Formats: sequence, structure tokens, C-alpha cells
Amino acid sequence: MSLKVRISLPENAATNDTVEVKTLVSHPMESGFRLDTMGEVMPRNILRTLVVTYRGEKVFETIFGPGIAANPYVAFFLRATEPGEVRFVWEDQNGEVTEIVRHLAVI
Amino acid sequence: MSKLNLKRRGLLIAGVSGWLLQCLPIRLNAEDSSLISSFYGDQSIEPSGVVLKTPSLAENGNSVSLEVEAESPMTAMDYVTEIRLFAPQNPDPELAVFRFGPGAGLARVSTRVRFANSQTLTAVATMNDGRLYSGSSKTIITLAACVEPLL
Repeated sequence: MSLKVRISLPENAATNDTVEVKTLVSHPMESGFRLDTMGEVMPRNILRTLVVTYRGEKVFETIFGPGIAANPYVAFFLRATEPGEVRFVWEDQNGEVTEIVRHLAVI
Repeated sequence: MSKLNLKRRGLLIAGVSGWLLQCLPIRLNAEDSSLISSFYGDQSIEPSGVVLKTPSLAENGNSVSLEVEAESPMTAMDYVTEIRLFAPQNPDPELAVFRFGPGAGLARVSTRVRFANSQTLTAVATMNDGRLYSGSSKTIITLAACVEPLL
């Protein structure tokens, strides 16, 4: 299963600019604390991590808890130094990985 | 006469619930600190340098936007390594952990979280040399607990 992901990253940035990166994933983030209509606990189903690397170096990581709202939105910053790949890797609680690579142009 | 009584009852309920809301923060603070010390032990945490922004009033707790920023130059010598978010009233109080490299440029994150109840969130930032800073923000949830007791 690969996740439906939306990423907002500027196409290009000036050298040493700090740019905002926004990510949004379609995921129920079922907390494992809710009951269904039959009164049974709905099993937990959450994303565990988002790891972001820029030119091979880890710049940002999120470890999600069940308290993160459904369809997790995470926005963070990145200092653009040189043109290169920005790699986004999400991993859910079962170890399923979704990987997206974007190019950041630096001028 | 009966109309008057109803009004009086309404006023009384409003008054009492207002008073209960006022009492809330004191109780939360005590729980808050024991929760955080279970993660950081007896290390001292400077209650400044972290700005946590949540709405002061939210209609429901299913998705509340939040922004947290730790003050730091974010250079290879001096940067924020980690920000942890705590929601003491949630069934799992550890909301999320954000980790940074110096390449992040800014230790600022926005996300959306769940609130099981009105509470004071706390963010604790760890610097690369081990110093700890924190910031808090209180949010009142008007609907959560009644509509969906288990979030």
C-alpha cells in the first residue's frame, strides 16, 4: 500500500534561503482508543515516522503518536544550500514504507 | 414564577461551570510536570525559549492546528535536536517527537493534533549540548469530551 501524499516544496530557492516544506498524507491515524458502533475497540492504525533527507543528510524527522490528527499535516523548514534531492520517507506501524523524492533547485 | 426559576437555574449552571473551568489549570500543571519528569528525570528545564501556539478555544478536539518553534541559530555548533509535545489529558500523552538536523535552518514545525479534553500542552526542546527549554499553551475544547469520550 502506498500512501497518497501531497508535498509543497518551492521549485527553486536562493542560496541559504530557509524554505518551508509542507506535507500532507491521506491516512486515518486510527488511535486505538475509539470504539466502533458495536462497542469494540477499533484497532490502532497509525503512521510511525516521517524522515526527510536533503542531499543525503537527515534534516527533519517526525515520530507520530496516536494524538496526531487524521491525514497528518506536517510543515517544517529546510535551509537550501546547493541543488539536490529532498527525500521523504513515511513508515507506518507495520513497517510499510512510502518514499517520495523531489528536486530542489538552488540559484 | 416558573420562568424565573428556569433563568435562575441557567445562571447557576453557567456560574458553576465557569468556576470549574477556572479550577482546571491548577490540576493540570501538577500532572504535567510529573509526566515531563518521567521523560527528562531531574534535569532542569528552562521554561522559556520555546513558543507553542495553539488556539485558545477550539470547537472540537479532532484536529487542532498547532505551531511550535524553539529559538536557536540552527548552526552545526548550536542547534535544536528534538522537540517533544506533551498533552497530559490525552490517553497517550506523547503527541509527537520532532527531530532536527542543523540543515533545517529553523526549528519550527506546524501540525494538527487531537485533544481528548481542554488542557495545557507543553513542548520541550533539547539542544545539541543537552540543554532543555520548554513552552506551554492552553486550549479549551468546547465539544470533545461530551461527543466523543474516547478520542
